Amino acid sequence: MQKHTFTISLFAGIFLLTVLAQFGVINQYLVSVIMLMGVNIILSTSLNLVNGYMGEFSCGHGGFMCVGAYVSSVVTVLCFSKNHILGAPLLPPSLALLAFPLALAAGAAVAAVAGLVVAIPSFKTRGDYLAIITLAANYIVISAIDNMEIIGGPRGFMGMNATVNGMEGLLDIPWMLLWVLSGTVFTVWLLRRFVSSTLGKGVPAIAQDEIAAEIMSVDTNRMKLIAFMLSSGLAGLAGGLFAHILGYVNPHSFDIMKSTEVMVMVYLGGMGSLSGATLSAILFTVLLEVLRPLEIWKWVVIPLLLILLMQFRPEGIMGNKELSDLFPKLKKYYSFK
Amino acid sequence: MKRMTIKVLLVVLAMALGAFALMGCGQDSNVIKIGFNLELTGDIPKVGEASKFAAEMLKEDINSKGGLEVGGKKYKLEFVYQDNEAKADSAVNAALKLITQDSVVAIVGPNSSKQAIPAGGVCNDNQTPMVSPWSTNPDTTKDRPWVFRAAFLDPFQGPVAANFAAKQFGAKTAAVLFDIANDYSKGLAEIFKTEWEKKAGAGTVVAFESHGTKDQDFSAQLTKIVAAKPDFIFVPDNYNQVALIIKQAHDLGYKGPFMGSDAWGSAELMTLCGKDCIGQFFSTHYAAAGAQGATKEFIDRYNTKYKYVPDDVAALTWDATRLVLQAIQEAGKVEKDIKAERKLVRDALANIKEFAGITGTMKFHGTGDPDKCAVVVQISPEGKFEFKESVCPQ
Amino acid sequence: MEFFQHILNALQFGSFYALIALGYTLVYGVLRLINFAHGDIFMVGAYIAYFVAVLLLGGEGMHGLGLSPALTLAITVPVTMILTSLVGVTLERTMYRPLRRKGADRLYVVITALMAGLMLENGNLALLGASRKSFPELMEKVVWTFGGVSVTNLKVVVIVAAIVVFVLLEFIVTKTKIGMAMRGISYDKFAIPLMGIPLDTIIVVTFILGSSMAGLAGILYAMSYPILEPYMGALIGWKAFIAAVVGGIGDIRGAIVGGFLLGFIEIGVVAVFPSTLRDLFAFSVLLGILWLKPTGLFGVAQTTKI
Repeated sequence: MQKHTFTISLFAGIFLLTVLAQFGVINQYLVSVIMLMGVNIILSTSLNLVNGYMGEFSCGHGGFMCVGAYVSSVVTVLCFSKNHILGAPLLPPSLALLAFPLALAAGAAVAAVAGLVVAIPSFKTRGDYLAIITLAANYIVISAIDNMEIIGGPRGFMGMNATVNGMEGLLDIPWMLLWVLSGTVFTVWLLRRFVSSTLGKGVPAIAQDEIAAEIMSVDTNRMKLIAFMLSSGLAGLAGGLFAHILGYVNPHSFDIMKSTEVMVMVYLGGMGSLSGATLSAILFTVLLEVLRPLEIWKWVVIPLLLILLMQFRPEGIMGNKELSDLFPKLKKYYSFK
Repeated sequence: MKRMTIKVLLVVLAMALGAFALMGCGQDSNVIKIGFNLELTGDIPKVGEASKFAAEMLKEDINSKGGLEVGGKKYKLEFVYQDNEAKADSAVNAALKLITQDSVVAIVGPNSSKQAIPAGGVCNDNQTPMVSPWSTNPDTTKDRPWVFRAAFLDPFQGPVAANFAAKQFGAKTAAVLFDIANDYSKGLAEIFKTEWEKKAGAGTVVAFESHGTKDQDFSAQLTKIVAAKPDFIFVPDNYNQVALIIKQAHDLGYKGPFMGSDAWGSAELMTLCGKDCIGQFFSTHYAAAGAQGATKEFIDRYNTKYKYVPDDVAALTWDATRLVLQAIQEAGKVEKDIKAERKLVRDALANIKEFAGITGTMKFHGTGDPDKCAVVVQISPEGKFEFKESVCPQ
Repeated sequence: MEFFQHILNALQFGSFYALIALGYTLVYGVLRLINFAHGDIFMVGAYIAYFVAVLLLGGEGMHGLGLSPALTLAITVPVTMILTSLVGVTLERTMYRPLRRKGADRLYVVITALMAGLMLENGNLALLGASRKSFPELMEKVVWTFGGVSVTNLKVVVIVAAIVVFVLLEFIVTKTKIGMAMRGISYDKFAIPLMGIPLDTIIVVTFILGSSMAGLAGILYAMSYPILEPYMGALIGWKAFIAAVVGGIGDIRGAIVGGFLLGFIEIGVVAVFPSTLRDLFAFSVLLGILWLKPTGLFGVAQTTKI
């Protein structure tokens, strides 16, 4: 029973948050911050797979998030809102609950395929040259969407609220919060399973020494393909959730600035630590909100704080350790297969 | 030792989270709070700054007279400014924070459509009146009874520019240079192109070129434009880029006229552009030079206080905020319950049919969008924006 | 004629990319550090040039010394280069060196550089306000027209400056003792101090060289595009970094070639295709180049020891 404490308390926590949000104990603003926190956790843990575990330097995570956001938004808008592409909605709103996860999955899948743009060159290209490929990929995605008139171009794309309303029409609970929390738990669970599996051990092996890994029978190209596609797919999932939280997407919300933020979260948390990436995503989101009263000075203070933090902990908050490594007693509370 | 540091860090993190969750403010019944969701940092800090300055000036005005009189009682005004970093997600959070944490009666801003569209959605869902001073994208207020604006829309401004240019320059062909990453600029460019080709025939827009938001070199686009030999160039761009575009066009040997849009209308245009801009025309919300009455008073006071002639964003923020204040007054009473008060203000806002702003008279028809006249101004040799023509919607 | 005009435009804009890319490449060549603050050092350089020039010239409501524009330019260039290199060295001394000493992963230094850049941008915004600055004209503009091709004297100066700087740096790196030490450090950071070469001094010299180039680029840029704003260095910085890498980062010829290449690609795409597609095509071409040549045009593949 003790072994399940963590799992149980996790689900109890999600349930509690949903109930609190439902009865207005925590207000809309806090709910929105919690949702963005979840999105940031997905982004930072998924980028950690490539930048932390695999030791690459990908700085175009925002691009994949953009792909996921647009694909899932287009799917839900075509299905559930009146739009200028097909006119009437394809499906009745009662199906929203069923279709929404499928739309998210579609976004994630397309983003994973877009990850190929980076994954295939990574067979030959490494290090800072690969960084440029990811950066270029980010620019290409944004510029492509700017030129796609049918989905609004730089004007952005909206109409996703109909889907959320459809779900709330079935049962009036804060669905988006629930989806974001489940998406976050799913992402961390999936990544944790992956990096500790026999297959996933190949990822840190590439970081340590690619040639040695190859000699030890790690199929490095396949590993890179999996890691990049998994990472960009999860970024796509984050994008889909982000789009439906805001109800509006704009290609320039996913530019280099966004990618930089995600990068900062990864290195702040520690390369190769999922709990570090989670903690730093939470810390970063909270910092962004708590420092709002500083107005212009906020963006002077945040970099300064992060610089100081790195001076004192040059390996990030957690280094490459997990919480359970630091507090071994925690291991009693969860079982992990 | 290391473990110690981590533990300390974790404790600090937990405390920060706790403090964050407990944040909230008390309520004072003699104060009316209005929120501002502005672009203080990010791509267009000048826009946010101008808005904030205009709002501060208005607040001082009213508070120095003892406050805003509603139903025979004076209430002090409190303006809460939130920075949206010129980002869509941050604008949503800023709006939600203003609504739920700061309990404001109404929100003014965001200015740019990229932020105003999602923030408008949030305000509408949470039943809080919002007035965007500057957003010109139709989606901002579309199907949103709680969202209003103080600016005219792009579909109105495009034809104004096209008609004026045809008449003034006797032009047969036009070229357009716009910012592809800026929805305002792109939208206006496209509307202008359709309108011009409807008037002068297909293919009369001889060059239709774009650039990116932070670009500063336009030589390639301008070389193409100059080679196409248009009668004039339409540049629906922000003033900082306009200054560079006109200078570079002159460097490339272009001698013809330029026509611009309301985004030119900044005090900084002339300091940045200098003699190259003299004689050019643009359509805008109001003409600072030769303004009269309340408009002139506003310009003079702003100029003394902040040392520059206010641009259209400042004037529109002034109008948008006054629109909100008028609605609060017309509601006739202030409800204790914030939700009821917001409803009162929204209904009063929707009831305003005509509003005499410093940027011209606005007529509302229940859509939240005003009908207002645009003016075309010419830049005089002294660098003043001189009134040339006023175009009103039919 | 339009063709030659485009070539000239590309040469001019390529020169700026090249000048900034040189700074990236110098620091990278020695430290393997992507100094993401470099674009913002360039911005600071432009602002320093502005304040020095206004102080010397007077005008704009400031009581300057009232010097002539030509003399002002002659003083502004060295002063700006010195002050800008001070900024670069300050970043190195206060942020990068302590991290290096602690043995942090090099990517942490990269992130620190990113943060330092953000701080410079927003610190500038917070201190100087959101008003853009208009750079005074230090050089009487002359437009020469040869059969439909227009050239300003400034364009020529910019292109010449880029080439002179390249030759100078190439000379320093390949022919002088300091240059030899710099190349040595990039080969082996641990063996070099054993040879009696002061590691930190060489690194500081590298930062001085790189940042003063950014300062020079800042002046020339401010003269060509006389509108200064806090975020002006961000985009051009990223693009110059891309140029440096495509050329083969760590190699001075690579930075120059990459810079001009990016200038030509960007302007070429606009010249041939609708300009809305510029970023899409330009970055696709760059991606293609790196796909075919995984270590850039001049880069040498790092040998991996087993």
